[in-house]
Amino acid sequence: MSLSNIYVPYLMEIESITEEAPEVRTFRLKFKNQEEGENFNFKAGQFAEYSVMGGGESTFCIASPPTRAGYLECTFRRTGRVTNALSKLEVGDTVGLRGPYGNIFPIEEWEGKNLLYIAGGIALPPMRCVIWNTIDKREKYKDITIVYGARTVNDLVYKNELKEWEERPDINLITTVDPGGETPEWKGEVGFVPTIVDKVAPKAENTIAIVCGPPIMIKFTFPVLKKLGFADENIFTTLENRMKCGFGKCGRCNVGKYYVCKDGPVFTLSQLNNMPAEY
Amino acid sequence: MDNLRQKAKELLESKTVNLVIGYENGTNGKARAVFITDPEKTGKLIYDERCKQNLAVYLNKHEVKHYGKIAIVAPLMVMRSILVLVSECQVKKENIVALGIGEDGSLLDFPSLEVVEKYVAKIPLGNPQSDQEILDKLNAMTMEQRRAFWQNELERCFKCYACRAACPMCYCLRCTVECNQPQWISAPAHPLGNLEWHMLRTMHLTGRCVSCGDCGRACPLNIPIHLLTMQQAEEAFHMFGVRAGTSMKAESALSTYKPDDKENFIL
Amino acid sequence: MTPEKKIIDRVALDKLYESLKAAGNKMFAPVFRNEQTDFEYNPNASEISYNHIQTTQSVKNTVFPKIENLFRFESSQKGVDLLNIDFTKVPRVVVWNAHPCDAAAFSALDSVFNWDFKDEIYNSRREKLAVIGMSCIKADENCFCTSVDLNPGSVKGSDILLTPLANGTYLAEILTEQGKAIADANASLFTASNGENKEEVLAKVEKQFDHSKVTENLANGFENPFWHEFSLRCIGCGACAYVCPICTCFDIQDESKAGNGRRLRCWDSCGFGLFTLHTSGHNPREIQSQRWRQRVMHKFSYQPDRNEFIGCVGCGRCSRACPVDMNILEQLVALEKLEVAK
Repeated sequence: MSLSNIYVPYLMEIESITEEAPEVRTFRLKFKNQEEGENFNFKAGQFAEYSVMGGGESTFCIASPPTRAGYLECTFRRTGRVTNALSKLEVGDTVGLRGPYGNIFPIEEWEGKNLLYIAGGIALPPMRCVIWNTIDKREKYKDITIVYGARTVNDLVYKNELKEWEERPDINLITTVDPGGETPEWKGEVGFVPTIVDKVAPKAENTIAIVCGPPIMIKFTFPVLKKLGFADENIFTTLENRMKCGFGKCGRCNVGKYYVCKDGPVFTLSQLNNMPAEY
Repeated sequence: MDNLRQKAKELLESKTVNLVIGYENGTNGKARAVFITDPEKTGKLIYDERCKQNLAVYLNKHEVKHYGKIAIVAPLMVMRSILVLVSECQVKKENIVALGIGEDGSLLDFPSLEVVEKYVAKIPLGNPQSDQEILDKLNAMTMEQRRAFWQNELERCFKCYACRAACPMCYCLRCTVECNQPQWISAPAHPLGNLEWHMLRTMHLTGRCVSCGDCGRACPLNIPIHLLTMQQAEEAFHMFGVRAGTSMKAESALSTYKPDDKENFIL
Repeated sequence: MTPEKKIIDRVALDKLYESLKAAGNKMFAPVFRNEQTDFEYNPNASEISYNHIQTTQSVKNTVFPKIENLFRFESSQKGVDLLNIDFTKVPRVVVWNAHPCDAAAFSALDSVFNWDFKDEIYNSRREKLAVIGMSCIKADENCFCTSVDLNPGSVKGSDILLTPLANGTYLAEILTEQGKAIADANASLFTASNGENKEEVLAKVEKQFDHSKVTENLANGFENPFWHEFSLRCIGCGACAYVCPICTCFDIQDESKAGNGRRLRCWDSCGFGLFTLHTSGHNPREIQSQRWRQRVMHKFSYQPDRNEFIGCVGCGRCSRACPVDMNILEQLVALEKLEVAK
């Protein structure tokens, strides 16, 4: 193309599709243009704009870690117009991708610390990137604990990876489902995520907590972490405001003077405390 | 005007209502809506020929509903809008006190909305004369001329949706233009998208429009879009004998099926 | 460059307009039509309005049109092809007879479309734009340029600024290289100036508030009851945003038929209820008072803080266009006096 254009996406081919849970899918995407793929650099926490030509654009995180080169993954639940259009695609079809946008999880600053990941439902994907990123550099971090909950057993995503994490001696995985969401075979916890965090009571000392989930889960998890002694600057989350452009122009994702697309999506609780509650 | 202020004050003092919606002096000689909760502030209320906004648009607003019982200054178009909104289950009739304003500007005593129905029944209804005159001219044109007229007018629309926002009957939380599964009409403000939008708005208001003209007044680009819904108000009357905003039990002309409808191809 | 001053008379002004048009520029000039004055492309010189106070719409259309093609796509059995827009086809546009408020607004747009990420489509239009400004000798009660660091004769953003003098001629301030190129190419239309003073003909617009005080109050005024009280009347249409020379909120939409189509950028407004709605149903700005607050905050608190400009040039269009008399000047004056806890 003669002059570049920030609205023109990279063309990606769907290499494989994984059915994660009802209406939840993961696409593994590879760049149609190899050179574009080699020049594409991103870090854990960043997001992209994914699109179907004619079906529109939508914002998701990049769910695969930068430590796994050669492909990008995104996980989405079929809900709106774009995710419906995406759901109709098959292996070999084309997806548009713009990005990477947004800030990052400061994983280098976390080296030498314990990591506590807390995720709910479809919010494991935004965290999966950073989880794998830190697991792939396992020796740099101390204890890694993952608390993951979903409404029902069926709604848990990345089931194979959960199994892998469960089997690893160097990862402490706790899975939970909401009361009533369990099956007879379920061996994990039963209860809402904040309750389970309270029960597990991870140590706050030298620990970073990363929380992603629906607003209601986040709202009730923060006080539990505070009670456990976590300082606000050691609690990280991602905001999922609606976006269109992804680069600070369309005006949708403002939270006060902050743009979730530029200043976020990763924020610490101490940053959130200084922002209006418009997220 | 003193009667109006006095009545509003009594309603607030007796806690019969929690909010009075009326008109006040706005900026630069304009009249505008005012929301009064304090009985001592009812002196702000005015009523004169500048008071043209259809205040019924506020009855469905989230923040206004929050007040519970509301009194509203109601010239004829507001009375009729209230009746439409009650008939469509958008507002509860027990929550509304109509501070009726007669054609001479005097305060009418409406102890209930049933009395409003009776009052409206006695008034000859139709489009404002000046608008009907333009409509008559448009109706005398050939279809090609009319199409050219509307294409020319609607082309400059930029879809700010002031027409929709000003209309008490456009209360949908998600308007059809925003429904995208499927995308019924084109969202962008190009000539086709504009034509589709205004046709859609017109059809959704057919038999529900009370000819207040607020959509046209709201348009920042002076597109006479109120003529579209006003024309349909007449069509609905001629075809179905129905005038919007005459009864709290009114059946909407286009969303009611009756076996004796003359369009027997429907079934 | 050092600004130069020349004189051009009314007849020569029309000739300059025709000359620029004949040179292949698309001329964007104000015309009185449909009972209002608004800008349109390539009117005849005789149609141009020189006596209006304000046009309904701003001139942002020239660089940020209500619909912009972002690119096209074509599908075939081989896959999808993306076709970038042809930047060579972006027209040269001259904004003719824009008031100083409109000319000044371009620098705010430049900032929004270029902070961090450079919007090449915007920039390609901007680079081919010339602005012939016209000082205001009339103003109305909605005008408040002097409260936002501008005035009826501000040169900011104009390549040439004209000021109608009492004797019927115009003072032409040639302000930029681009302005000089236009003046040089039409040198015969101009005569030398003789120390004419534009100040004495300019409209008198009194300063109504101190914008830095407004910004200061807003920083502590997020939870103030002001927003509820002053926005109950707001019906949540987009008129204010669409006529604003600085508002840039937009939506991205696809239009296609059988796999071929285009992606478009369309104007949008932070005042619309669905603007921030999440797919989940959660809406960070659920009610109109939050959305109205966002509009005012963005212009007078967030943009000064983040982008170092006030998101308002005092043109008063939003107040004129508002169907329910949400008068921005009235609110800013009230905000200046707002009592906020620090």
